Amino acid sequence: MISLIGWVKANLFNGVFNSILTLVTLYLLWKSVPPLMRWAFVESLWLSTGQECHAAGGACWSIIPGNIRFMLFGFYPADQQWRPLAAMAFLIGLLFYRRDRRHWKKFLAYAWIVGLFGMGLRMRGGLLGLTPVESTQWCGLPLTLVLSVFGLTAAYPLGVVLALGRRSKMPAIKTLCIIYIEMIRGVPLISLLFMSSVVFPLFLPEGITVNKILRAQVAIILFTAAYIAEVVRGGLQGISRGQYEAAESLGLNYYLTMRLIVLPQALKIVIPPSVSILISAFKDTSLVVIIALFDLLRTTQTALNDPQWMGFSAEAYIFIALIYFLCCYFMSNYSRRLEKELDRIL
Amino acid sequence: MTSKKEESATTGIIIEIIGMHKWFGDFHVLKDINLNVRRQERIVICGPSGSGKSTLIRCINRLEEHQRGRIIVDGIESTNDLKNMEKTRAEVGMVFQHFILFPHLTILENLTLGPIWVRQVPKAKAEETAIYFLEKVHIAEQALKYPGQLSGGQQQRVAIARSLCMRPNVMLFDEPTSALDPEMVKEVLDVMIDLAEEGMTMIVVSHEMGFAKSVAHRVLFMDFGQILEENTPQEFFENPQHERTQLFLSQILH
Repeated sequence: MISLIGWVKANLFNGVFNSILTLVTLYLLWKSVPPLMRWAFVESLWLSTGQECHAAGGACWSIIPGNIRFMLFGFYPADQQWRPLAAMAFLIGLLFYRRDRRHWKKFLAYAWIVGLFGMGLRMRGGLLGLTPVESTQWCGLPLTLVLSVFGLTAAYPLGVVLALGRRSKMPAIKTLCIIYIEMIRGVPLISLLFMSSVVFPLFLPEGITVNKILRAQVAIILFTAAYIAEVVRGGLQGISRGQYEAAESLGLNYYLTMRLIVLPQALKIVIPPSVSILISAFKDTSLVVIIALFDLLRTTQTALNDPQWMGFSAEAYIFIALIYFLCCYFMSNYSRRLEKELDRIL
Repeated sequence: MTSKKEESATTGIIIEIIGMHKWFGDFHVLKDINLNVRRQERIVICGPSGSGKSTLIRCINRLEEHQRGRIIVDGIESTNDLKNMEKTRAEVGMVFQHFILFPHLTILENLTLGPIWVRQVPKAKAEETAIYFLEKVHIAEQALKYPGQLSGGQQQRVAIARSLCMRPNVMLFDEPTSALDPEMVKEVLDVMIDLAEEGMTMIVVSHEMGFAKSVAHRVLFMDFGQILEENTPQEFFENPQHERTQLFLSQILH
């Protein structure tokens, strides 16, 4: 008890200015937290209709169970809903399984390829007696996950290749990579998405169309890769010339030197900035609303158009913010763990 | 190529450097170097810093490119041909001043990497060889540690073992003891002496005069990018000819 008073004195009330700051902060908390609590928990409704919500004063969390199906899956046929659900469960299972470095074996790479392919197949159908589902009906959370998981897994290796290209001794390759990286980094993702949906089809011969999701997916991959490339290049610069020379003096060729010696060390250095980019790329997938794809954010907005639920957008947005947060937190948490494990080695 | 190889085997010359020049930009680092190294010969190169001695041995396994003249290692001429370059590098072991182990791999993995990926030796066999050489440098108990956990002297011994695992015909040492704490110099030199006694061809850039006296067949003195003097250790230390050599020896021997 004494020590608590001592701590308060030493940290909150040492001097006039700090005392005033403490009092002002306490007042603001007193004014803001209880009403927020009352809104969110005391007067809130969790399972009700929209009308009941309008009558009550608190948060209307009922909008989430009321619209969960549409928010998560959008226009995907309701009777086939288990398919994206299974695909997502499989994906999340794989992600969690991969968390442990001891599981990083060759078969895991195959599991990923099979898994990603299977995910596409399950979503699309048309094989193995599954009813085909047009990709225009892919919506909500599965779409967000497909765009980001495919996007990030493809962008990372591409970025590494670009970074190596930019440091290449061959002038043609080097110039190409610099032009690519600088051009892509010079335009916003939105303009790339527009180009992919409006300009790109103009170049295709008549009668050939490329699926809109695929076009957006490619735009996201190209965009993210340019950023990854610059981060990886920073890591490559952190590897001393001696490492290259030691590898070369053993007779390792360029490819083996990079793969066995340089990249493992360089990529470890750039884990924190890479994860920043991956997290921001994950959130940027919500920009696909601009070319009328119904990702998680867009399906939620659409659900809010229902007159029954008018005016409860805050609750719905808090809910999807939570979903985004969980995904991002998973990524950053995982990267911190990975860093710690690798730190023990280096 | 084969005829050349046979020729070098019969004449017993493993490294042949003929009229070799090298520039770093405008700076003429190596001037008209001529050097023949016989099989099982041990050469120590000394000279003040900046004299081009490190550059010379780095040219031998083409970590540096020379601009004029020829370098022929075990019948293979050093050119820009990638395949030949990799072949030469696999035949020629190199030990660096700062050890340069691969910090993300265990000691054992450091040693097996070259044999597995360059020589296509099966993993079990490569590990067996690695343990054999680790025992030779008296460090087998550290096999599963990472380089960062070892002392400088231990790291340098691992670096020597790593080169030996490639079963090289020639070993190049670039000031192998000058980055070590004094008490660790001996453990590294002992390993190098063992190696010399087994008949390894060695070119050592070093200022360890005791080592040069007891192990070398020939001592070379370099300055201004030239080989100024070349002699047996005894003659070299007792009766240096060139005035630069005399000055240098008086400076390092106090």
